[in-house]
Amino acid sequence: MRISSGERVANYLILTVFAVFALYPILTILVAAFSKDTQAPGGFANFQQAWEIGRFGRSLLNSVLVSAFVVVTSVVLSVLAGFAFGTMRFRGSSVLFYLMLLGIMMPAEAIVVPLFFDLRAIGLTDTFWAIVLPQVAQSVAFGTFWLRAFFRTSSRALLEAARLDGAGSLRTLWSVLVPQARPAIVTLVVLVFMWTWNEFLIPLVMVPSNEALRTAPLGLSFFSGQYTQGFTLLAAGATIVALPVVIVYLFLQRHFIAGMLEGAVKE
Amino acid sequence: MSAPTANTAAPARPPSELGNGAKRARSGPPGEPRKVAYLFILPAFAVYAAFALYPLGKAVYLSFFEWDGLTLGTWAGLSNYTDVLSNERLRGAFLHSLVLIGFYAVIPLVVGLILAAILHRARVWGLGFFRSVVFLPQVVPMVVIAVAWRQLYAPDGSLNSALSGIGLDSLTRGWLGDYDWALPAVGFIGTWFEIGLVTVLMMAGMSRIPTQQYEAARLDGAGPVREFFAVTLPAVRGQISVALTLTVIASLKTFDLIYMTTKGGPGYQTTVPSYEVYRQAFEQGKVGLASAIGVLLTIVIFAISFVITRVGDRDTETS
Repeated sequence: MRISSGERVANYLILTVFAVFALYPILTILVAAFSKDTQAPGGFANFQQAWEIGRFGRSLLNSVLVSAFVVVTSVVLSVLAGFAFGTMRFRGSSVLFYLMLLGIMMPAEAIVVPLFFDLRAIGLTDTFWAIVLPQVAQSVAFGTFWLRAFFRTSSRALLEAARLDGAGSLRTLWSVLVPQARPAIVTLVVLVFMWTWNEFLIPLVMVPSNEALRTAPLGLSFFSGQYTQGFTLLAAGATIVALPVVIVYLFLQRHFIAGMLEGAVKE
Repeated sequence: MSAPTANTAAPARPPSELGNGAKRARSGPPGEPRKVAYLFILPAFAVYAAFALYPLGKAVYLSFFEWDGLTLGTWAGLSNYTDVLSNERLRGAFLHSLVLIGFYAVIPLVVGLILAAILHRARVWGLGFFRSVVFLPQVVPMVVIAVAWRQLYAPDGSLNSALSGIGLDSLTRGWLGDYDWALPAVGFIGTWFEIGLVTVLMMAGMSRIPTQQYEAARLDGAGPVREFFAVTLPAVRGQISVALTLTVIASLKTFDLIYMTTKGGPGYQTTVPSYEVYRQAFEQGKVGLASAIGVLLTIVIFAISFVITRVGDRDTETS
């Protein structure tokens, strides 16, 4: 297309303004995190101080454990279920699938209230399980849907060949389909990790009194409530909490963008 | 900027207990209904049913009771639902959601469409980098986003200094504590959060339009504006419906942001249904009422995404 140079310049201007707009709030945090004030020595020492006052060591470890459990469990369960929905015919498959599809849109706000009281009744609140299991349930709904869409496109001929070679369903899945599905599985891993790391409501409600089980976003929320002597250390804490997910994004951004956009398209 | 796409994901190991079922299913021609499918679905479905479906059903059940979470509940019929309509605060929560839909969905869609259309006309360098940057807000934890914007909106924050800098001191205020401005201020965080996602989505849709369509339009003498309405807009209908579904649902599930910035205040100027669920259940001890709000929120979300996808489908079919 023939485009005037004026329009080209205008385009760069738009790109720059928009990028600055998107980055500004994030940079505010980053700049403040390194600056000096009455409580903060400035530089990397801020992070050390925030780390100790906000007890981020504990909450980051919790977030790592919670994310690892939710990611591994929900991806394994989604691969199994997505395989069945995508490649097998069985009675009730569409009813079961639509039931699981509800989970993609179901707001955590609606289920968290009954979940809390039911789990409290059986003594499970304030435990690791109360944080992870509801999140596995929500991630498995999306994961099943996501991998079903992938397995449906997998070649029939390949499946037949595997069967003729005498491979059972599980072997076919494991040695033929899973290697093929690697990109789709990586995308799922990345999305579930991000959702779990950033989840706020479920850990907030499910761990009402066990401080030792707080996840990183929750830790930051309590830190911001208790520590009100200035923005610097709070900004350092915010940086610590956001860093893991931002680093993963920097390396696997294609998976993030593709997953969040295509995941919705396939609905 | 193109980041290396390292495949760091550990391969998932399927549980070996399923081996028996797999052997049994080896017989029979392909395409025949297979019972082993249930075994594959069982673990996922069991967790989902226990921790999502059952609680949703239980929420519906609880919404018909008056219960404080401790003592015995009493049957309340539909009174929790009529409370939502008659209580000014709760009615306000749902109305605020409508305002937030404007900020989260409508503004990003309009701006995103225009920006993407402009950028689509000329190939410029750095689009990949731009895409990564404007998408970044989507991955940052909402708690961190709230901390950042609380600072920008603070009485001594950047927004007020910028306003004073250009001589508009009369407009400065503590934005999140201002009776009239708190809701738009929160909404604008949503605009900031969603606008990159929508723009990237629109750009992806527009990049699939064949250039011949534009050339044909130009031969017919169409200017940039006619081109936009005749070629670009009809081609991205699918993306528009996706963008609306994502952003409208996000605007209705805006708990963390409200919890971290205003807690529904000042007064109840910024409260939303998802915050009221939390507040009524865990601060006011009204579990039945909270459940009713949650159920209504779910119905609204299901209805909106159903309508948007239906309209989107019909549009793409007729075009």
